[in-house]
Amino acid sequence: MTDAIRNELVLKADGVVARYGSLEVLRGVSMDLHAGEMLAIVGPNGAGKSTLLKVLGGTLARVRGSVELFGRPLESYDRRSLATLVATVAQENAIAFQFSVLEVVLMGRAPHLGAFHFETRRDLEIAHSALRHFDLLALARRPIQELSGGERKRVFLARALAQETKIALLDEPTAFLDLKHVADIFSRFRALCGERGMAVVATLHDLNAAALYADRVLLMKDGAAIAGGTPEAVLTEQNLREVYDTEVYVGRNPSSGALVILPIAHRS
Amino acid sequence: MNAAPHAEGASRVDLDAFEGAYLTRGRMIFWLLILAGALFASLIVAASFGSAPVHLFRAMTDSMSADHAIFFGVRLPRVLMGAVVGAVLASAGVALQALVRNPLAEGGILGISGGAALGAILALVLLSASPISDAIVPMVAFGSALVATLAVYRLALIDGRLEPFTLLLIGVIFNAFWGAAIMLVNSVVNFYYAHSILFWLMGNLEAPTYREVAIVACLAAIGFLVLMFRARDLNLLSLGDEAAAEMGVEVAGLRRVIFFATSIMIGAAVSVSGIISFVGLIVPHVLRLALGSDHRLLLPASLLGGAAFMVIADLIARTAIAPSEIPVGAITALCGGPFFIYMLRREGQKPFSL
Repeated sequence: MTDAIRNELVLKADGVVARYGSLEVLRGVSMDLHAGEMLAIVGPNGAGKSTLLKVLGGTLARVRGSVELFGRPLESYDRRSLATLVATVAQENAIAFQFSVLEVVLMGRAPHLGAFHFETRRDLEIAHSALRHFDLLALARRPIQELSGGERKRVFLARALAQETKIALLDEPTAFLDLKHVADIFSRFRALCGERGMAVVATLHDLNAAALYADRVLLMKDGAAIAGGTPEAVLTEQNLREVYDTEVYVGRNPSSGALVILPIAHRS
Repeated sequence: MNAAPHAEGASRVDLDAFEGAYLTRGRMIFWLLILAGALFASLIVAASFGSAPVHLFRAMTDSMSADHAIFFGVRLPRVLMGAVVGAVLASAGVALQALVRNPLAEGGILGISGGAALGAILALVLLSASPISDAIVPMVAFGSALVATLAVYRLALIDGRLEPFTLLLIGVIFNAFWGAAIMLVNSVVNFYYAHSILFWLMGNLEAPTYREVAIVACLAAIGFLVLMFRARDLNLLSLGDEAAAEMGVEVAGLRRVIFFATSIMIGAAVSVSGIISFVGLIVPHVLRLALGSDHRLLLPASLLGGAAFMVIADLIARTAIAPSEIPVGAITALCGGPFFIYMLRREGQKPFSL
């Protein structure tokens, strides 16, 4: 995946400081993202992972620092053009009123449509493809309220896919999901990185998933980036001990050679 | 399975399974024609019946007859005004519900109608001696609706964020406050105003003029067009402020526009009909159940459905105890109260928000 690193720089944050009220949640975070790359942001609760995603998506104002999207300051984009370039899936997704799964996925087409335009056949095909990718075709007609938490999560991921953006910001995309769908979702986004040159940023609690699927990992703690680079370079026993304040074992899966990270439990 | 990349882009994708699960132009036209038919039927029925018997054929053909005078001078403007007011209250209700993401919102519950009524009453009492009070009262009602809306909105804004639930609670408090203020005015002014004040409080469609109908209809049309222009944005707002913003909606601007448009609409309606509550609640809810939540259809459907509902409610108000009248606001509130409780109970079991 070193080819991906050499690809176009799509997103660059420099010295980002952000606050919720008086609480400083990000204290000078820098990162960059290239086309075709998957970047995992990991770190303990309260490290500022979700906040960083909000700053990158333009929904949270920063106090200091800069964010550049395709070489232009984030502020120079209006909401709508931003929405054609960056799709975001939040950790929690609420929806008021009853909409069908298909309607929610079609909402992803909104940034591409005029106020009085109906969805075209092409929009429906895009929605169809997004639903198929996340194993949701059978649920297309169902009211989204009737779905389980994991199914709903996939609907919002499909909506982001239908948005057809160059960048996807995913906050805990695989929380609530079963083993098969976790694997499906990561391989899906990996494939999109390869085929469309999509760049994906995902916050993750699952370090093994980060090791398995990400090209690069950004390790955060207390609103600062502690380390960044390949999973092998970042997810070391020493780094993780320091950041999570707990003993971990980092080894290799004997059958695949993949990085494996396990907590070391002390039973008294 | 064909593994060729982008093959799904070809037209071989079978979209039949999606039929009926999203809004098409055809589905929209179909439902709007049905509702327009229902409105037309309700207009015919309502214009045909009243406390005084009218011979419709004579009313149409003999312009000197009493039938003609009653039908065109009294009944028709009233029926039309009922349609306009119902259309306004229901469609503004839909927009306000989308804005606060809660199906229990509407002009009355958010305190907008109450504020408009208080303004109108004060104008009536203070300016009744002036020859221009007829023109002033509706304008003051609209101004007060806007002030009431802004007051509720500003007070619900905490740290620059608008929590829909807070907004709803503040609206309910304001609504009670305006009601109390109106009663206060009622107890200090002379008895002569008592009927007018009751008129504003209870909601009534007595004796409007064609000019009033035209003015309210124009204001309603302007407000409604603004709402329609933002209908898709209102859909996205269902996903929350942040998600809507991430999908290209300028949320703060959208809120301002919707508040302003609904204030115009509700202020105009209240200025001629007083507080008619629950129409903005019942009609959108029933239509949402039947047609889904896409605001591109729900808004015009509520416009037509609200008009038809109000025309029939006013027919009942005029004829149920003829020759006396029940204020139409009492009819809608009598239907609406139990309905509101039913909705609250239903929501308790199955939350609208996830």
